[in-house]
Amino acid sequence: MATFFGEVLSVYSRAVEEDDEELEENEEDEQIRRELEEKRTVHLHWNPEISELLRAGNKVQCSSFILAVGHNAASFLSAYILASANWDVVGRAVAWNEMSRSGTGPSGEGSACVFYRHKDEPAALICHVTCHIAEDQLFQWTEKVFGYLQTRGLTVTVLSDSSVADYKTADYLCSSSAPFLRSLCSSAFSDQPVCQSLEQPNIITGLPAAVLNHCQVHSIAAAVYQCYSDVTGPDSITMDKYKPVLTKLGRSIQVYSSQSTDVLCKFVRSSEIQSNLYI
Amino acid sequence: MFISSQDSPAAFKGFTLVMPAVAVGNVGQLAVDLIVSTLNMSRVGYFHTDCLIPMAGNNPYASSKADAEELHTPAEVYTAAELKLAVLQIRAPIIQTRSRKFRQQLKSWIKASGFSRTVVLSSSHAYQRDDQQLQGISLRYLMTPSMLAASADALKELGWREMERIPAFPGVDADAEPRLCIPGGGITKGLYTDSCAEDLPLAVLLLFCSEGDNIPDAFALVNHLNDWLHLLDGQSEQPNSKWKIPTSWSLLFGSGIPPALF
Repeated sequence: MATFFGEVLSVYSRAVEEDDEELEENEEDEQIRRELEEKRTVHLHWNPEISELLRAGNKVQCSSFILAVGHNAASFLSAYILASANWDVVGRAVAWNEMSRSGTGPSGEGSACVFYRHKDEPAALICHVTCHIAEDQLFQWTEKVFGYLQTRGLTVTVLSDSSVADYKTADYLCSSSAPFLRSLCSSAFSDQPVCQSLEQPNIITGLPAAVLNHCQVHSIAAAVYQCYSDVTGPDSITMDKYKPVLTKLGRSIQVYSSQSTDVLCKFVRSSEIQSNLYI
Repeated sequence: MFISSQDSPAAFKGFTLVMPAVAVGNVGQLAVDLIVSTLNMSRVGYFHTDCLIPMAGNNPYASSKADAEELHTPAEVYTAAELKLAVLQIRAPIIQTRSRKFRQQLKSWIKASGFSRTVVLSSSHAYQRDDQQLQGISLRYLMTPSMLAASADALKELGWREMERIPAFPGVDADAEPRLCIPGGGITKGLYTDSCAEDLPLAVLLLFCSEGDNIPDAFALVNHLNDWLHLLDGQSEQPNSKWKIPTSWSLLFGSGIPPALF
């Protein structure tokens, strides 16, 4: 929609289209639709060791599954946990959609969905998500990934980030209060979350919501920690807010905090270089 | 797919199912929220499907701090056993390419559960009404033949208006068969025509409305439903005051205003 002054605004509408029952589809349309649907299927690629295990009918043994969704959460995980070099890449998930860049192929650097496993504690699994997973792929992604995991005794921790503009509160949020952390837990999660619970009428969407729904319905212990930030790119203050979660994670996996500031700075700098607004 | 949240499987035999269609202004969903919140219904399970966009939040019907932290998902089933009433609440949009699949899943669940009747609360674009639809009240109903047979007496007493069929090409082809048209109604029409074909007892209650603050529309629709099903008894001066507004309806128009403005 263009306004009087000519700027283009994206308008969100709650109106719903009526299904067009009479729509006669010819065979070619149907084939295109089917092929598109097939192309949007989520694929998981595991390393030979895990593939072997799965082929034998086993599942991946896992007691702690940590997901990081979004740039802040993913960079935080890279700095504090993955930087210890005790982690092996064990697989990746590929989901093609309208946001996928053509040409970079399934293993396109920069945006991906990679699974890591701890060298000494194979029951700790990390999923590092920096790519976009479309709304229609979220359910499928979750079903497929959890289909490979042994879910008995599993605890899922999801770190994600969101804009403070999406947070609703009756009090006016002054700029000093952001960033802040909120949690949402499945009924099977008996532990105490490290921060305040997300207040109504706020909701979470996207991959964290898909994972939490799956865990709720299948009685798996899960907690989502959502950080609301007022900075659009990755920044170190926002990432710092995830720190309390480390105390929970520290029970199952080794947390690596030396040098983490350097690594954090590296992530932040790389995003700053891209911005030429104030050169 | 329905997944029970309790140890024993949920029994719906002979229950009336009330469900919304995700439609203009979310009127059906808001009306269902009023029913669940007022009757204090208990959650018995989830409708876990890939046809809805995932979302999650804390208890939308929380009445105190104690029950606020309870996870809720995009589609859930609630019951009030003493009223033989079950309610399906849908909180997320349906993925457009999967609306047919979603209807199929709903129908097979309705059949398998043995509901005695299904009532769909829906809405339609007010601006797309034709001349005859513009007159009188803005509430309409639709009933499948098997539902009509069972509720003929009640219907006569209520004096409701049936949704008008409108000519396909007004003014051009007068002989053409008038057709049912529910613009902005989402799965409503599909669900109704499928239920007619499969002889499911199903009724649609709908309201012509526009997007905006649809809370008054939700009250109108839920009061209309109450005239028929008598979920809440007692005539009061203000029919709206007997319904309990859930806590999740707060901040519909965004966060608080910066105090520095004044």
